[in-house]
Amino acid sequence: MTEITLIEGLRQAMDEELARDEDVFIVGEDVGPRGGVFRATMGLFEKYGAERVMDSPLAELSIVGVGIGAALYGMRPICEIQFADFIHPAFNQIVSEAAKMCYRSNGDWTVPMVIRAPYGGGIGGGLYHSQSVESFFAHVPGLKVVIPSTPYDAKGLLKSAVRDPNPVMVFEPKKGYRLIKGDVPEDEEVLVPLGKAKVTREGTDLSVFAYGMMHHYCLEAAETLAGEGVQVEVVDLRSLLPLDKAAVLESVRKTGKALVVYEDNLTCGYGAEIAAIVADEGFTFLDAPVKRLAGPDVPAMPYSHPLQDWFMLNPDKIAAAMSDLAAY
Amino acid sequence: MAVTQEAQSVLSKETTLEMYWTMLLARRLDERAWVLHRQGKIAFHISGIGHEAAQVGAAFALRRGSDWFVPYYRDLALLLALGMTPTEFMLGLMGKKGEPNSGARQMPSHWSLRRANVVSHSSPVSTQTTHAAGIGLAMKLRGDDGVAITSVGEGGTSQGEWYEGVNWAAVHKLPVIFFVENNNYAISVRRELQMGVDSVADKAKGLGLVGVSVDGLNVQEVYRVVSEAAKRARTGEGPTLVEARVNRMTPHSSDDDDRTYRSKEELDVMKRDDPLTRFQAQLIEDGLLDQEQADAMDARAKKAVDEATKHAAEAPYPSDEEATYPVYVEDVRHD
Repeated sequence: MTEITLIEGLRQAMDEELARDEDVFIVGEDVGPRGGVFRATMGLFEKYGAERVMDSPLAELSIVGVGIGAALYGMRPICEIQFADFIHPAFNQIVSEAAKMCYRSNGDWTVPMVIRAPYGGGIGGGLYHSQSVESFFAHVPGLKVVIPSTPYDAKGLLKSAVRDPNPVMVFEPKKGYRLIKGDVPEDEEVLVPLGKAKVTREGTDLSVFAYGMMHHYCLEAAETLAGEGVQVEVVDLRSLLPLDKAAVLESVRKTGKALVVYEDNLTCGYGAEIAAIVADEGFTFLDAPVKRLAGPDVPAMPYSHPLQDWFMLNPDKIAAAMSDLAAY
Repeated sequence: MAVTQEAQSVLSKETTLEMYWTMLLARRLDERAWVLHRQGKIAFHISGIGHEAAQVGAAFALRRGSDWFVPYYRDLALLLALGMTPTEFMLGLMGKKGEPNSGARQMPSHWSLRRANVVSHSSPVSTQTTHAAGIGLAMKLRGDDGVAITSVGEGGTSQGEWYEGVNWAAVHKLPVIFFVENNNYAISVRRELQMGVDSVADKAKGLGLVGVSVDGLNVQEVYRVVSEAAKRARTGEGPTLVEARVNRMTPHSSDDDDRTYRSKEELDVMKRDDPLTRFQAQLIEDGLLDQEQADAMDARAKKAVDEATKHAAEAPYPSDEEATYPVYVEDVRHD
């Protein structure tokens, strides 16, 4: 076991998949000699060359559209969108094309492609380098959407995504790129199946569902609550589409209370779907209303430090929400 | 098509007549689709009447069976040239079970034919342009000597998506032909309100590729221009933008009424320069066809259309259950 950062997990995943399958290639802005603005592809250009680690024109929809074309021909592109905030020009390609190709051709044409994008705030990125965009895409059948929160899952989910025959979106919590460290084995293949949640802290008093950076904040808050005698169960959803519904309901059955935590603004955020599922299919397990804790409904995260702090959730805010629900 | 059909440097009589037959069959099928719509037997039709010469000229200039095609919704004649049967077209028109484009999921004329490397496309225009660039990129990465051709109307060249796809191909000198069927109308909006240049081919100058404008009513001229573009692509000289100047001799679709935005006189002028009758007259003049043979071909085309219509009308609809899949590759059924 070696302790690595989350971004190193991603880099290792791409390195190994490039080595394993010559149809795999990376395409995106600054992924080549620069190694990506976050350095996720550092060293790969030197190792695999300009045709397999390809700098694209500065046009996000073309990164995805060209990737789709290559995938239709049988290649396995890994498309990097530099910031999730810049994915919107590619929305048409992702939603109208990649997601619908298999269905609309009755399986004759498929798009085995990965789209990676750093998301989330807390890094002084202002409105356009901080967004959480996952709910737009988790709404679209035909896509798979995953969000790793540990180096192990970052490596294992990305490797599984590359091997998946469908379009898979991997949103990466950029604040955690170097902040989050964890052990990853060096001498065995790391593969994490898509569609499986993970209970990362066992508890009996309430269940908390989260992903990405918020999952770490929830673990911190749960530790605080343990000091107050409240045992919180933390579930890292990891895969938003498909969702591991059984894991969600199983946890609520055990604790009787559900809190959903997400960084995106509240209304129609991904946590709304979790709340709806628990209310709909787990009603008889519940001892309290299903609660959501999310970002405020303003257009996006402001830049100024105190304003950013106002927008962002943190372990204290989450611990307060946990305490309230535990006391219900 | 199992066997690759090579383009010929000089068109044989047999091939020339096959081109005429394909245009004729497309015309008669298209006309029948309008009738079926007016009879209330189908929900929608989008027409390629007036575009047949351009499409057939382009298809025959390529290696059918191994080159790749990324079409748009007016390309009935192109699809027939690539081996789609009249019955398959009619099944699609009626939304019947097992039609090859989409299993009756998409609207008619939203093409896909895996066996002929015809890639599925959608309704929003120009989304397919970057796909052709990506296919060209994959061909180059793998060292294959294929060509990808993608078609679109001139209205589609206003989309940012179109520029991004063409730009990619120009940057990497990809083996792609951007084939624009310019009929001067995007539904009702005339070319003058689409672009600041007179010819779509002029757009190539700003993007760094060869641009050619060709009379899209002349099947042999289109054949010649696309053959040259294919040669350029296969020899590593990069993509070509081909504008084929055509006429849309019908409303945009069965839901449109073009009398609200263009004159009868304008349509009359188009009808006097119909690519099908023009080609027939030329074949007769060249001694490749006489009127009797032409009439016999027409009778054969109408019979083929009748049979396809009957077959499709009697075919079953898909079951509701077929609407549930395949959302993911894991759900694909091979039956």
